[in-house]
Amino acid sequence: MKILVAVKRVIDYNVKVKVKADNSDVDLTNVKMAMNPFCEIAVEEAIRLKEKGVADEVVVVSMGPAKAEEQIRYALALGADRGILIESEETISSLGAAKLLKAVYEKEQPKMVILGKQSIDSDNNQTGQMLAALLDRPQGTFASEVVVDGESVKVTREIDGGLQTVQLSLPAIVTTDLRLNEPRYAKLPDIMKAKKKPMEKTAISDWGVTLPSGQKLTRVETPAERSGGAKVASVDELIDKLKNEAKVMS
Amino acid sequence: MSVLVIADHNNTELLPSTLAVVSAALAIGGDVDVLVAGSGSSGVAEAASKISGVRKVLNADHEAYSHGLAENLSDLVASLSDSYSHMLASATTTGKNFMPRVAAKLDVDQISDIIAVESENTFKRPIYAGNAIATVESSDAKKVITVRTTAFDAVAAEGGSASVDSIDSVFHSTESSFVSEELAESDRPELTAAKVVISGGRGMQNGDNFKLLEGIADKLGAAIGASRAAVDAGFVPNDMQVGQTGKIVAPELYIAVGISGAIQHLAGMKDSKVIVAINKDEDAPIFQVADYGLVADLFEALPELEQKI
Repeated sequence: MKILVAVKRVIDYNVKVKVKADNSDVDLTNVKMAMNPFCEIAVEEAIRLKEKGVADEVVVVSMGPAKAEEQIRYALALGADRGILIESEETISSLGAAKLLKAVYEKEQPKMVILGKQSIDSDNNQTGQMLAALLDRPQGTFASEVVVDGESVKVTREIDGGLQTVQLSLPAIVTTDLRLNEPRYAKLPDIMKAKKKPMEKTAISDWGVTLPSGQKLTRVETPAERSGGAKVASVDELIDKLKNEAKVMS
Repeated sequence: MSVLVIADHNNTELLPSTLAVVSAALAIGGDVDVLVAGSGSSGVAEAASKISGVRKVLNADHEAYSHGLAENLSDLVASLSDSYSHMLASATTTGKNFMPRVAAKLDVDQISDIIAVESENTFKRPIYAGNAIATVESSDAKKVITVRTTAFDAVAAEGGSASVDSIDSVFHSTESSFVSEELAESDRPELTAAKVVISGGRGMQNGDNFKLLEGIADKLGAAIGASRAAVDAGFVPNDMQVGQTGKIVAPELYIAVGISGAIQHLAGMKDSKVIVAINKDEDAPIFQVADYGLVADLFEALPELEQKI
């Protein structure tokens, strides 16, 4: 079966973001970018399904600036077969991304789409669910285990308070949580080989999608800093402060 | 203007997170209705009818809604959307699962995880793991919103007298079904609702040592959490994780033990009223956000703390 994986180019998770002086957005000038960590887990899961013989082709799609090609190439180096880049300098909302992915789905006809549960920039946690709704297909979000069995898939999901397992008919949409797997690193020879793997470069207009415009970012600010830093010398002093100063203990 | 709040519950109890979502709904304005979709959930609907400020409770009771499956819930909520300008759910794993489906069905973008209501169409929400706060304006006809419940004060659970209407429409997907659930059994309060949280990090060294937190948690009526490092190291299960990738908590008192204070952890607890850090590394970043930092070996400090409180 064919698996479609969506990946997003985002700020590297180790970089601390700064807000622009005019409060219009965060400043991404000269900031290190990387594949969204949850997307790495999605790529890894697809590749493992291919290694197990469950999947026979892994197609990776990304949308964003021309440089998002780097993230697709990285996925190809890890073992994906083919890439699709949808180039856009515009910010694409979750619904916009879901509409583009729907168009890609309809062309590629995969049995499963795997996405990260959220991207670490906008923290929306929406795209996979929206794609599933637009396609009217079942979803297994926040997956910590994915077991394909014939024409269905069992997805164990991380929920508040524990785990839930659901069974979905294929094709289905799966979004990844942290414990699904531990992504591998790309080896240098594979990175070289990935340069020769097929990559289709497209524009939004090629997919017949109009980006939604219902939401506007009007301001971005730095959150209020906590004024911490005070130390206590002993457990006794700590208990005294909590009881008599902070009054959070009786 | 009218707002539909989708209640959090486990079919027998209304969960406190619902009260915070109603609070956000009242801040938006207009009439506030609550949807209880479940199975054997009439008691929950009854409880919801007593929430202060609620106009009407809608109770959709059918096996199809017993496990909160997103396919069924989203179809149900979308079918009710004609009567509402805003639809709100908590940013719990249930709300995060079905609400974007509702938004997509209504052809609107969702506004996730709001922490403040500026007006009926403008909201604040954290981005970049809480390292920036975005103000988002929506011109969509329908606003589909999830709410960070720790950012809103709960409304009173009693005092209202809303009517309860039954909803008979059943949406039952044949392509998604519930198989099983494994929920952690605990007498302690739920992490996101607890007034006191004590969390352990990599410094705890192993899962067994989390027992050192239990005695203190029992004395303080606290929930026990963990950093992602402790979860990744396999000490404790993921549902205990506090942080950007886990649960967001904002208790009266947060005690971080053996936690260095990675950005991703701070994103999950920095809105706590009082933060205590216990760590033997005096340069640990956690001390920069702690109101009271104790540089000490946790294996000595914890038993002493348990004994003296």
